[in-house]
Amino acid sequence: MSTVLSNLRYSEEHEWVDASSPVKVGLSQVATDALGDVVYVDLPEVGSTITAGETCGEVESTKSVSDIYAPVSGEITEVNQAAIDDPALLNSDPYGKGWLFTVNVSEEGPLLSAEDYSSKNGGELS
Amino acid sequence: MSAETATKQYTALYEEHQKLGASFTDFGGWQMPLKYQSELAEHHAVRQAAGLFDLSHMGEVWVTGPDAGKFLDFALVSRLSAVAVGKAKYSLICNEDGGIIDDLISYRRAEEKFLVVPNAGNAKAVAEALAERAGDFDVTVEDVTASISLVAVQGPNSVAILKQLVAAADHAVVTEMKYYAADEVHFTVSGAPLRLLLARTGYTGEDGFEIYVPNENAASLWSALLSAGKDFDLVPAGLAARDSLRLEAGMPLYGNELSLEVSPYDAGLGPIVALKKEGEFVGRAALEAQKERGSKRKLVGLKGLGRRAARSHYPVSKDGQTVGEVTSGQPSPTLGYPVALAYVDIEHIEPGTRLDVDLRGKPEPFEVVALPFYKRDK
Repeated sequence: MSTVLSNLRYSEEHEWVDASSPVKVGLSQVATDALGDVVYVDLPEVGSTITAGETCGEVESTKSVSDIYAPVSGEITEVNQAAIDDPALLNSDPYGKGWLFTVNVSEEGPLLSAEDYSSKNGGELS
Repeated sequence: MSAETATKQYTALYEEHQKLGASFTDFGGWQMPLKYQSELAEHHAVRQAAGLFDLSHMGEVWVTGPDAGKFLDFALVSRLSAVAVGKAKYSLICNEDGGIIDDLISYRRAEEKFLVVPNAGNAKAVAEALAERAGDFDVTVEDVTASISLVAVQGPNSVAILKQLVAAADHAVVTEMKYYAADEVHFTVSGAPLRLLLARTGYTGEDGFEIYVPNENAASLWSALLSAGKDFDLVPAGLAARDSLRLEAGMPLYGNELSLEVSPYDAGLGPIVALKKEGEFVGRAALEAQKERGSKRKLVGLKGLGRRAARSHYPVSKDGQTVGEVTSGQPSPTLGYPVALAYVDIEHIEPGTRLDVDLRGKPEPFEVVALPFYKRDK
């Protein structure tokens, strides 16, 4: 069963956002479990600006390709090179070593609480 | 969708898969295990050790009677009457227009007895086409799909695993069985003797076996294989791994590479069509015309030069002009680069030809390569 961490907030498109500043962004385990084994991650560049609700990258698994949607607007301050080099981290540790990028937030997009996200998409609150 | 195809079908092993934590997918109406843990780990296990597959969604149709061989010569495109007892043959069943109804394997079990194994989604269409074509032949066509399960052990450790369950007297039958041969073998499954049809066939590009088992014995055979395989790194493997394994081995999948609209010649299956065999067979006139006309496009292998994988239905282009379409594509777990099968215009099928695949608006470089992508060391 996929885990949904209760200390994070989530976008409708399955990105999680933590409470730090700049915020850290990743993909929920509900999403990475559904994708299957991730083999390729395409992330925005450091210094680029992303807009909440718009695509800012791609994640490719053995079976399919999915867009990564920006859960917030702002400037990318860091990308996780380790996840680019070893995309399997998105499956093995989606809330830890498999994070995607950090953002200096100018504006938040609509975000769900962990409870609302899991009641909508399944997964076990933890 | 008709009410009939909307009904979900479950194999006799469904509960075993649930116990193993499988995630499921629909395949031809059947609820099949997609994967148990990681489809990549399952893929690698089959290449390096062994994997256990439930293929009970495949069809089984018995064709028996004095005319069995002659009848299959008429109903299928190959010369089944020439197949020796104990051997199997890969063939096609075509319609009058030369379109492919299915690709299938036929096992000759006796002079007048063949087991025909169609794909899951086509089992009914094949059984119906065979029954319809039986007309004046002295044969009986019996669809036993609903009562027979099929389990496959695939990978280099397959022989060692089977020997754990096969009676010692039959060990030589297992070790000496040739590829595309089959025989009845004595198993001991949870203490009870069981005589089952064992075939050295598969869809993974590895050595391996397929075992036909009555539904009532399927779960005990499955469990026995899993425990016997423990010392040989056998893992249960789902349809996701099956698909990536067959793609690496360059094997076509009905619905992707093969369909009613596809000519066997375009698909590279010309050698399967026995135009030289005596007598009429369904599709002969159309197939002769197709061969005479030649192919406008052919199925080729594409190797990705970048990291991005091509997917089914993505356009293939050369200098900005569309010259083909991808039918299957994935990152190859064994080879470490993307591989794809695609129908490409005949001018561009030479190995080494540089082509682009349109990956959602971005051209990604690929190169035509000879098939299969992966071949095991023998």
